[in-house]
Amino acid sequence: MKIHEYQAKEILQKYGVVTPKGIACFSVDEAVSAAQQLGGKVWVVKAQIYAGGRGKGGGVKVAKSLDEVRQRASEILNMRLVTHQTGPEGQIVHRLFIEQGVPIEKEFYVGMVVDRSRQRVCLITSSEGGMEIEKVAAETPEKIHKVYVDPIAGLSQQQAVEATQKIGIPAQNLPQAVTLLQSLYEAFDESDASLLEINPLTLTAEQQVMALDAKMNFDDNALFRHPEIVALRDLDEEDPLEIEASKHELSYISLDGNIGCLVNGAGLAMATMDIIKLYGGNPANFLDVGGGATAEKVTEAFKLMLSNPKLQAILVNIFGGIMKCDVIAQGIVMAARDVHLAVPLIVRLEGTHVEIGKKILADSGLPIISADNMADAAQKAVNATKAKSSSPQS
Amino acid sequence: MSILINRNSRVMTQGITGKTGQFHTRMCRDYANGKACFVAGVNPRKPGENFEGIPVYATVKEAKQQTGANVSVIYVPPPFAAAAIDEAVEAELDLVICITEGIPVRDMLRTRYKMQGKKTRLIGPNCPGIITPDEIKIGIMPGYIHKKGRIGVVSRSGTLTYEAVAQLMALGLGQSTCIGIGGDPVNGLKHLDVMQLFNDDDETDAVLMVGEIGGTDEEDCARWVKDHMRKPVVGFIAGVTAPPGKRMGHAGAIISGGRGTAQEKLEVMESCGIKVTRNPAEMGKLLKSVL
Repeated sequence: MKIHEYQAKEILQKYGVVTPKGIACFSVDEAVSAAQQLGGKVWVVKAQIYAGGRGKGGGVKVAKSLDEVRQRASEILNMRLVTHQTGPEGQIVHRLFIEQGVPIEKEFYVGMVVDRSRQRVCLITSSEGGMEIEKVAAETPEKIHKVYVDPIAGLSQQQAVEATQKIGIPAQNLPQAVTLLQSLYEAFDESDASLLEINPLTLTAEQQVMALDAKMNFDDNALFRHPEIVALRDLDEEDPLEIEASKHELSYISLDGNIGCLVNGAGLAMATMDIIKLYGGNPANFLDVGGGATAEKVTEAFKLMLSNPKLQAILVNIFGGIMKCDVIAQGIVMAARDVHLAVPLIVRLEGTHVEIGKKILADSGLPIISADNMADAAQKAVNATKAKSSSPQS
Repeated sequence: MSILINRNSRVMTQGITGKTGQFHTRMCRDYANGKACFVAGVNPRKPGENFEGIPVYATVKEAKQQTGANVSVIYVPPPFAAAAIDEAVEAELDLVICITEGIPVRDMLRTRYKMQGKKTRLIGPNCPGIITPDEIKIGIMPGYIHKKGRIGVVSRSGTLTYEAVAQLMALGLGQSTCIGIGGDPVNGLKHLDVMQLFNDDDETDAVLMVGEIGGTDEEDCARWVKDHMRKPVVGFIAGVTAPPGKRMGHAGAIISGGRGTAQEKLEVMESCGIKVTRNPAEMGKLLKSVL
């Protein structure tokens, strides 16, 4: 799960991390009065979307008067912000964060992620603040410094000192930076974060070490023990189909093709997308119905796929293990009747009770195209969409 | 010999009294030598009870002492599953198979840390389990689709592993052992660990490895294969079409910061002499071609 910058900063402040003073706003008027309330002469108007690269996309602007705050806020609010992380469709800005401008002397980078091969939280620091860290890692790997944290002892004083010294934080600011890193780790650990990024971490002209930006992602598996984080969820930032899917405990991800996929198991679901592409088609979605799919769940899955206007065919690929093919077949028949299916439906069943399942489909009277294996299914689905797009428009 | 488990393994179920634990313990008990292999259950609140004749003990340690069980399979719910692994490790079992999906990463980091220097091996979590066909099955895979043979299968997935097995079976190829190592980012045995075991197993002639996007597990394994493997290995990686930054069902199946793509994995595997296919319908055929 992701949250906004201002929400991440609120969490970090509780751990003693210093950030510029700021106020989150939902309208231009709120933005102006926020600037008034904050005082000072310089403000930064920041678009609040989950994606990174906001500055480059025009979503972060400096304002030197209240009039300018008004102007910048009205430019950014409701704009379709396109960054390298949003994709070409961009993301509409619904929230702003107004912050006091801070005179900057130097910028650094601090990040934390779970390193999968070492099975430790990895603290990454770099002298190259404000840059895309993937780029820094690729072009100047010597400017990336990594420390692996002991999960029981936490980030040690010695490790934190090393991480700050290596990136050139001046000696007189070291104690402050070390405390900040340890606070960041504590916040990361206690909130079950999966990613924390401060880019940039700044040394201000007043010699204050400060988190100018903040990004936090959280482990979905741990949300059951963090109702305070779940409460921060912003549905505007999520795909409406994915929200609907999550209500039915379906794992669904929208893609830009036209062949809907309904599969049991994440690996098989990915492989099904891959084989559609390999045979010259384009998958419309990833959809894993899980191990315990019921007829109701299958119906919901069909509804989800059909709400995509681009959809031209549906491919169902089920390998029944614990989940029996006859149960799935009944679900498919029910769903197809319930939703008045108007696109070709290709079904491949394999595994437990496959013969009964196939018979149920054949006896249903529905125009279901049966497939013998994955390759056959993919080929038939691709053919169905090609036939459809080449048929004359009536 | 098969790897990790065989007809002589003695298994306890942690979480035997839950619905999932009961269902799968029954299925495993009914498979091949299961009746002799599944000897105990654990539930701290129900010691002295039994599940269809299988005695339930309060702790893993006690179950081990009383029955000689050396392997455990875990169906405990996510908030308590890491602690269940810890208990099995403390009791010095040989192998723990954690089926549970949804364990927080933070819990697994601590559990893996505590496992350092201990003898216990871990498969999973978030995995289908392990099967040595016609001898013993520990986990949730359908037993009947397998047959004893000489092909090793290792995969991060569940149903995609069944698909791979079905393709092998259609070509008449049985399996020595099939292992699902699970779809979580922080887990026990990796592709590499399993590959080493298959390399040393005189009943395995070739290995089919099935991977997916996320992490560098498959690349690490491929590099080891290049220098050490004495048997043919073929592979498939799921997720060539997966968009970056999205978690594809499995907690660990995510391309982050441009790393962990299927393309990258396939290229490394090929450069290390592993034959790969980009067609998931041809995993079996590819394996047969290297025998």
